[in-house]
Amino acid sequence: MTPPDIILKAEDIHKSFGSVEVLKGISLAARNHDVISILGSSGSGKSTFLRCLNFLETPTSGKVTVHGEEILVKNGKPQNARHIEAIRARLGMVFQQFNLWTHRTVLENVMEGPIQVKGEPKAEARSKAEAFLKRVGLEERMHMYPSQLSGGQQQRVAIARALAMEPDAILFDEPTSALDPELVGEVLKVMQDLAAEGRTMIVVTHEMGFAREVSSEVVFLHEGRIAEQGPPGEMFTNPKTEEFRRFIAKAM
Amino acid sequence: MNPLEILAQYWPRLLDGTLMTIKLTLLGALIAALVSPAFALIRVHASPMAQAPLRLYVSFMRGTPILAQLFLIYYGSGQFRPLLQDWGLWTFFRDPFNCALLAFALNSTAYQTEILRGGILGVARGEIEAAKAIGMSRFTALRRVVFPHAYRIAWPALGNEVILLMKASALASVVTVFDVMGRTRQVFSKTFDFSVYLWAALIYLCITAVFVLLWRQAERRLSRHIGARHQAPATVQPLKETRA
Repeated sequence: MTPPDIILKAEDIHKSFGSVEVLKGISLAARNHDVISILGSSGSGKSTFLRCLNFLETPTSGKVTVHGEEILVKNGKPQNARHIEAIRARLGMVFQQFNLWTHRTVLENVMEGPIQVKGEPKAEARSKAEAFLKRVGLEERMHMYPSQLSGGQQQRVAIARALAMEPDAILFDEPTSALDPELVGEVLKVMQDLAAEGRTMIVVTHEMGFAREVSSEVVFLHEGRIAEQGPPGEMFTNPKTEEFRRFIAKAM
Repeated sequence: MNPLEILAQYWPRLLDGTLMTIKLTLLGALIAALVSPAFALIRVHASPMAQAPLRLYVSFMRGTPILAQLFLIYYGSGQFRPLLQDWGLWTFFRDPFNCALLAFALNSTAYQTEILRGGILGVARGEIEAAKAIGMSRFTALRRVVFPHAYRIAWPALGNEVILLMKASALASVVTVFDVMGRTRQVFSKTFDFSVYLWAALIYLCITAVFVLLWRQAERRLSRHIGARHQAPATVQPLKETRA
């Protein structure tokens, strides 16, 4: 049984592309208010794992439980695929490339999910969207189109879009990797604020500073397995595995 | 007779033909526009086996002259008259207008399907993923993200297709539909004055010009989000940026 404060649980996730097994059995549980950073060198499977959590990638096998909704996957076939959309609506996602809907204004981007997925009335969705845009410091740009914003601003809109769904947890897939260095800070700042107010977050990142200072738990993936896992303070000062030692030596 | 006299005397017929041409073109294009989105989705997503009939249809429609297609329907239906009467379809095929409309709709559907397929393939994958990730159903994602982009991408080519269809509709006159060309031939057979063909050409030109203007207007509306990039909005003040 899942203890009540566990919001998201992934059990024994395997994923193969053709004959290449990218994920070799990964389990992870996020409790309320957890901020989990997933680290790993490229090809370690960290993004694939994150995308398996909301079924943007279908795992080859494993089980994902979000807020009591459980999806079991066997042989690449989800057993109760009807729940996938419900799970996605409960998990926000922020992409590396922002993926804002370019044909809609900033405000419309943020209102879209609540109206189309949750069926909220327009006026309510609008006032909430405005509040979330204010939270990320972009209320003055709400009538602009994404193409008129900088990368950092677009990513902040993407965060507001995820927040507007009032999700149980937010998945971040390398949210700062596509940004110019001088724009990374504004996005990290927003993420830090979210962590501080107790949002549950799972973050695939290359930002060692964020992993170390902000997250409550660090997971280090190596060749499709969890090589090391624990509170960041301990892991960074005292890495147990040779792989993680080398990884932080390279990254710092 | 000088050209103006021709016009003065026969303009009601030419106007009648103009309305017929517009009706035939717009109805044909509209029917095709209603069917093609579903076909385009099949072309994009269905397995090669499942879309084989559709591909056959598209290559037949694109690979044979529209005149041949028109004759196949108009004269072909005559061949099968007893059968069509049994099915209660003869009243439909008896009318040359219906035959022409069917031919043009079938033809345009094939073209619009392929144009729209290109549009759908051009939609940024990331935006579709974002729609999925937020919990949209497939249908909602198509309606709110995929098709708005696909139509914007396909828009100029679709406009082109409607213009080509409008000009091809002149062929309907061959099966006794009195469109612009049908009326013009009627007038010519009375007057033997070739200037009526000049008027016909001018009418086609006018229809096209008006259509192009309207289409471009719509394109501008569809592309607001792209044009926006190039003009700095004057109403926005410089922002205080949050920095970490």
